[in-house]
Amino acid sequence: MELHTLTLAGARRLLDEKKISSRELTRALLDRIAAHDDTINSFLLKDGADAMARADAADRQIAAGNQTMFTGIPMALKDLLCTRGMRTTCGSKILDNFVPGYDATVVSKLKQAHGVILGKTNMDEFAMGSSTENSAYFPTKNPWHLDYVPGGSSGGSAAAVAAQFCCAALGTDTGGSIRQPASHCGVVGLKPTYGRVSRFGLVCYASSLDQIGPIARTVEDAALVLNLIAGHDPMDSTCVSREVPDFTAGLAAFEKHGLKGMTVGVPKEYLGMEGVDPDVLAVFETAIKVLTELGANIKEVSLPHAEYVVAAYYIIAPCEASSNLARFDGVKYGFRADQADDLIDMYKQTRSRGFGPEVQRRIIIGTYALSAGYYDAYYGKASQVRALIMEDFSRAFEDCDILLSPVAPTPAFRIGEKVDDPLTMYLTDIFTLSANMAGVPGISVPGGFSAKGLPIGIQMMAARFDELSLVRAGYGMEKSLGLHQQFPAL
Amino acid sequence: MKISQQEVENIAHLARLEIDDRSKASLCEQLSGILDYMDKLAHVDVTGVKPASGAAFMQNVLREDKIFPSPGPAVTLANAPQKDADYYLVPRVVK
Repeated sequence: MELHTLTLAGARRLLDEKKISSRELTRALLDRIAAHDDTINSFLLKDGADAMARADAADRQIAAGNQTMFTGIPMALKDLLCTRGMRTTCGSKILDNFVPGYDATVVSKLKQAHGVILGKTNMDEFAMGSSTENSAYFPTKNPWHLDYVPGGSSGGSAAAVAAQFCCAALGTDTGGSIRQPASHCGVVGLKPTYGRVSRFGLVCYASSLDQIGPIARTVEDAALVLNLIAGHDPMDSTCVSREVPDFTAGLAAFEKHGLKGMTVGVPKEYLGMEGVDPDVLAVFETAIKVLTELGANIKEVSLPHAEYVVAAYYIIAPCEASSNLARFDGVKYGFRADQADDLIDMYKQTRSRGFGPEVQRRIIIGTYALSAGYYDAYYGKASQVRALIMEDFSRAFEDCDILLSPVAPTPAFRIGEKVDDPLTMYLTDIFTLSANMAGVPGISVPGGFSAKGLPIGIQMMAARFDELSLVRAGYGMEKSLGLHQQFPAL
Repeated sequence: MKISQQEVENIAHLARLEIDDRSKASLCEQLSGILDYMDKLAHVDVTGVKPASGAAFMQNVLREDKIFPSPGPAVTLANAPQKDADYYLVPRVVK
């Protein structure tokens, strides 16, 4: 049996039936990574010895009958998540030698369940980017077509799942960084409601926008990961104290009722948008048809402030980033420039040599927008527009359970194609930014392919804390289209 | 140009960054382009709108003032580029 073809749910079944061991499964995935990741470059760090040790510990748990859903399941983790004793770079040279002294809460949960960590995946530096080309190390290739980007910033995690290097992966999403690479790599990506998952141990980019979430082969697998990582954490004051349902109940709800009784809103501003590739529009039209066939009621809605989300986000996120990244100064950890005249000089040299160009660009935008004389015009204004965007979504969700949209205006682009103009890159986030600005959950499920054979995803958003509706509708879409069975040949 | 090279230098100093001379002109141009795009927001009527911080739906979180064990200097200083016992060593602060 080809163990790398197992979904998370499938692996769990075979492990519990003792038909396979975690050792065998982990070995098979590590071998596959060794055989193919030199071409794809999805991992920044692989620790085979640690993974096998965890696999063996998991097998002992299973033998004793003490396993839970993630016991023995090999996962890949985006390198923005702190892992105790395991190098964590955030895709940056400024943390090239950083070894955290603690685990992120989501990592603790995985370890407590005796999950297996295959390694840390590549990403745009400090999660700033939409292509993984901003990694200080190397770009990751899209496994479907090696000249193309996997998307970003969780490009390594998405590529690892598409290449079947892991049962599932964790990514993070501040402006689309789970959903967009999932779409470009033909896999499932889910950004939870803001506050659903603890951010403790997640290196902050924009604290009011960041969330950790699953990138997986199927909607069921994504729901299982969400079950693991969601929940209150006293270490994160923005993590809400709210009961976590079993998100797989969304699958049962679909099996029982299809999508009858669900209303799907199609924002008219998205339909009229310029620059959307015809292949993307075709996939979007198909999605509307599928949802209708499954019993959903389709309704046109309006998000009047949709066209302002890029401007508002690209003020707010860099502002928060300029504050969050002030901690990287060479004093306590990470890279420190030597031969500095004094402390300020050390700060400047450390940061200028340690941060890549996109990070520096966003820090400067953020610092400018927060500076005296500009604060109200930029950050203040953008925050007011954010309030209006939140109201748009609250209003839309009064009449709808789900909002439907494309994930990105085009399929994955060629490596190097968009690096020259940052603003062009920012504009590609038009469909994903709103979910972060409004704090609502969003899922990307495979929807089809472009004429060149590149995956195109479909995005669905739901009201805050209604990930169950995303699982239900996502599962229905997945079942109808059958694309979750398709993976690129490596 | 929305932002001058002098302004970029001032902001860079505030952000403790040093932009090398080769990059200054192109960075200035890129930033101006981005800030020009932000002018879009001038068209939005925000009268009476309270700014949202993103934590709009959240309550402040308090806890009992109980002491929990800390990792201790061995862990906390493990990544220090330069240290002396329990202190981080840095270049001189004041000239």
